[in-house]
Amino acid sequence: MSAPLFDALLRLGDDRLVLGHRTSEWCGHAPILEEDIALANIALDHIGQANLLLQYAGAVEGGGRDQDALAYFRDAIEYRNALICELPRGDFAVTIARHFFHGLYSVLQWEALSNSQDATIAGIAAKALKESRYHVRHAGEWVIRLGDGTDESHARAQAAVHLLWPYTGELFLQPVDESALVAAGLTADVSTLEGAWRATVDDVLHRATLTAPDGVWMQRGGRAGRHTEHLGHLLAEMQIVARSHPGAQW
Amino acid sequence: MVAREQVLAWLDEVKDPEVPVLSVVELGVVRDASVGAGGDVTVTITPTYSGCPALRVIEESIRDALLERGVGQVTLHTVYSPAWTTDWIPAAAKAKLEAYGIAPPGPAATESELVPLRRAVASVRCPWCHSTRTVLRSEFGSTACKALWSCDDCGQPFEAFKAI
Repeated sequence: MSAPLFDALLRLGDDRLVLGHRTSEWCGHAPILEEDIALANIALDHIGQANLLLQYAGAVEGGGRDQDALAYFRDAIEYRNALICELPRGDFAVTIARHFFHGLYSVLQWEALSNSQDATIAGIAAKALKESRYHVRHAGEWVIRLGDGTDESHARAQAAVHLLWPYTGELFLQPVDESALVAAGLTADVSTLEGAWRATVDDVLHRATLTAPDGVWMQRGGRAGRHTEHLGHLLAEMQIVARSHPGAQW
Repeated sequence: MVAREQVLAWLDEVKDPEVPVLSVVELGVVRDASVGAGGDVTVTITPTYSGCPALRVIEESIRDALLERGVGQVTLHTVYSPAWTTDWIPAAAKAKLEAYGIAPPGPAATESELVPLRRAVASVRCPWCHSTRTVLRSEFGSTACKALWSCDDCGQPFEAFKAI
């Protein structure tokens, strides 16, 4: 069961690593100081969660790779994050909408995983749940503020929802090779989370005077290593120092 | 051979690098300590936040503090469950936080609604003038564990420990 568990941990860890790195691009560039600090903190939480998940992935794999080896020495095709995490940061509305969509997914995922029969996964999930709840509250309040704000903020928020919507379906695709893990109570079936996710999303979008598009084609591929062109560029920036100076300590 | 209580007393002198008025024991980062048959010490710690950058420094400080006092071997054991909560910070330590200028955390109540339209306003007392006419300026502050507030009475900005 260790190979499927390793893959499941990569899916969990890579989502947070890639989204965390993407969010860190706002550091020094956010529209106001408070949001600069907020986005840097959110990025840090994501990378901290990724650190724990990839550390455990390396231990489960048993091949001597630690979290740094997994983060810095895998190519895009070996990454298992959902595509929504790697899309360019876009404007502030895109960043906020993405944190709302993915953060809400994370809350539901951590809630389910905090009951895992695997004590390490349960511990990481219980910890991450508190952080993700905080992120969703921050992002959700901004979705309402932007959507129900000025004509400009409404238009930008609606455009962000339309841009990201086709990438939300992939979050709830349950990989076939995880079925034994789910049956054993080690991981959670993400397809069971979609109903609760959609209910909260609809509620918040309604309050924000925004609408979700109907019947759009859902993109997929990230969980199988088929990524957009954007991930390679992100990894190039994230990995260059570690690859230029392998084994460097500071 | 050193007693467990002595080890915890020593660790109570190790300050958090970002909140130097609290020890790592008061903060709840140190969960336990045990002394092995050969006098080696194992300290069980838990991180405050997954990405808390102070954790590495805390680990080194714990190790150094025990090695300096003659402990031969120090092992750090990190646990994630139960998840760290500000409810572990004792009342006396909360008073120290306020005196230092950081509003201490209230009870870590979980809001039932994920995205509340109007949030129940928990009154945070200004650590400078003790007024409760205070406003949340930012959910996030200079460190992962704090939020940014300001006081309408004395006009001072201040940081408050997030209750989680």
